[in-house]
Amino acid sequence: MATIAKLPTVVELRNEYAVTKAYLLVGFVALSGGVAMGLLQGLENAGIDLYPNLAPVVQSYYHGLTMHGVLNVLVWTTFFISGFLPFITVQALRTPLASRSLTWGTFWLMLAGLVLAAIPLVGDAASVLYTFYPPMQAHWAFYVGLTLVVVATWLVTLNLALTYRAWRKDHPAQRTPLAAFMSLVTFAMWTIASVGIAAEMLFLLIPWSLGLMQGTDALLARVLFWFTGHPIVYFWVLAAYVSWYTLVPRQGGGKLFSDPMARVAFILFLVLSTPIGFHHQFTDPGIEEEWKFVHSFLTFAVFFPSLMTFFNIVASLENGARARGGRGWVLWFFKMPWGDPSFAAQVLAMLTFTFGGIGGLINASANVDLIVHNTAWISGHLHLTAGTAVTLTFMGITYWLVPVLWKRALWSRRMALAQAWLWAAGMLIFSFALHTLGLMGMPRRTSMSAVTYALPEWQRYLPLIAIGGAILFISALLYFLNMVLTMVASKEPAPAMPEFAEAVSGPEDAPALLDRWPIWLTVAAVLILFAYGPSLYSLLRTTPLNNPGMRVW
Amino acid sequence: MKRKTTYYYELFWIIPSLLLPIGMLATLLFTSYGADVHLPGAEGRVDPAKLDSTPPFDNPGVVQVGPSRYEVRMVGEIWSFNPSEIHLPAGSEVTFVATSRDVVHGLFIPRTNVNVMVLPGQIARATARFDKPGTYLFICHEYCGAGHHTMAGQIIVDAADNGDRGGK
Repeated sequence: MATIAKLPTVVELRNEYAVTKAYLLVGFVALSGGVAMGLLQGLENAGIDLYPNLAPVVQSYYHGLTMHGVLNVLVWTTFFISGFLPFITVQALRTPLASRSLTWGTFWLMLAGLVLAAIPLVGDAASVLYTFYPPMQAHWAFYVGLTLVVVATWLVTLNLALTYRAWRKDHPAQRTPLAAFMSLVTFAMWTIASVGIAAEMLFLLIPWSLGLMQGTDALLARVLFWFTGHPIVYFWVLAAYVSWYTLVPRQGGGKLFSDPMARVAFILFLVLSTPIGFHHQFTDPGIEEEWKFVHSFLTFAVFFPSLMTFFNIVASLENGARARGGRGWVLWFFKMPWGDPSFAAQVLAMLTFTFGGIGGLINASANVDLIVHNTAWISGHLHLTAGTAVTLTFMGITYWLVPVLWKRALWSRRMALAQAWLWAAGMLIFSFALHTLGLMGMPRRTSMSAVTYALPEWQRYLPLIAIGGAILFISALLYFLNMVLTMVASKEPAPAMPEFAEAVSGPEDAPALLDRWPIWLTVAAVLILFAYGPSLYSLLRTTPLNNPGMRVW
Repeated sequence: MKRKTTYYYELFWIIPSLLLPIGMLATLLFTSYGADVHLPGAEGRVDPAKLDSTPPFDNPGVVQVGPSRYEVRMVGEIWSFNPSEIHLPAGSEVTFVATSRDVVHGLFIPRTNVNVMVLPGQIARATARFDKPGTYLFICHEYCGAGHHTMAGQIIVDAADNGDRGGK
């Protein structure tokens, strides 16, 4: 960049620091609850059933499983991203958030939604898993609360857009700084994609759970859910990518390989993340096979920006490692700063993600999905992606973010390093077992110690779920211990925030077209209309809402 | 590294990366239209409240529809399948026609291509061949409530070509 102004000082951004801390604290509470539930599930799968001893708090395996899913993949991710990306954006634009009241109003709305949803969730009145497929019916407060969380994320988008507009007014000719560009793309993509879940909530689930509508429809609700349900994964992953592209190369001692390629990849994610939701519904009746193939192909297509990301990030890591004296085709890998827990955690997350990416291609292949759909394979996949690529990256980010926000050095680097390696190791064992069991026909989301039909060959692998889960739990304990001690007991002053990486091929090489928002938003909308329009139109025309709700737990 | 060089590296990676999705689509179309591996499609609706008076779900069970060809009419409900035990002779080609009376269920037969969601309001169809005699498990693989893990049944494939058939 031609002109590098100084980073805004803490005083100028006091508001942004405070709200980011608030989001992180809520995220930590959610993650700790979710991880505790995960341990119970891992042990249960291996025949150690602790649920009877926990009856007042956790009523059943499925009650715990619902809390595990909602807290980890809906609450932890959403709160972390809503705190982290605006923080990164203001640092990149060197401009405070546009509206202070909007910033705090958004946080309190999101928290209110969470509390409202959490009451029935914890009270076993919403044990419908985080996919909440109707006509299984949760308490209305669960749906209303989650809807408020989604609305709050739209307000984050609004605030980011206003902030960008204010910055653009002062910098009419400058390229949007990469980190801000990526954060904006992430929230724009999510806002488009979340229209599906909002429509499901507002037009089907909320009026139906309040008794204003007699029935609903299982298929229509699933179509609207998965309209959002796949892109939500990109919402999480893109937030991790923001760190991988804009901070990790510098943390690794080098430069980002290509800024233009990074921008192209993000524009492709904006355009391609949503029109692919049918790949979660390959086995659903009521959707034409041809449209499933269209979504299958578009899912392969969204693998293209993932491959670009893989190339660009690895090239950036190599750039840093060579600057540190690394040599050879492969040996440079060991010259990276593996002693830095923030860096190590994120590189381990990337390595794990390569397996997750390959698994994703398998799942997206309609024909092969017939083997793995709804088996333990899928849970194994999600734990490599959401559970490691995303979560371990977010943990790695907090190893610098929490010290910066709380103005105290990380309590223990060694503990943090051990935590990251344990997470990666635990997850590899855990997900290896789940992938293998899935291929053997074991269903996902099923109480395995109570199951009435277990096949003998599953028994060999079930203990690995408990072993992997226990390692993950120990890792999480080290993580939270380190976080809490950093916040309250660390005496050393905080190091500075890592600076944004420069690029070998910088933003000046990127076509200006990439900053033209109306074009890309239109392309995204057209592609969604093409991929969903005909199926959704025919469903809306022919579907009677005649599935009564029921509580089946 | 010169900026021009980064451009060539990018192209070198991008071109094969573009070919990958196209190649995978070709594979997909080949297995579907060449090897006849199909996904469930739109097979029509049924009112879940009126299953007991709507054919074929008013009479769940196994029906022979041709030489070595059978149809299993099946209703899923919390937390069982009807029929839950199916007898077939080896070498049968079987189409499962299933729906749900209440919440979302699934019908999954490990080691076959039968993997289909069983939704209230929708008719699901899936076909498999059973050549090897033995016992095959079919299970509900979508969470359907407190007794989900008990929702399963079995297909007993008999070696004898005149083996008895029929539902429970």
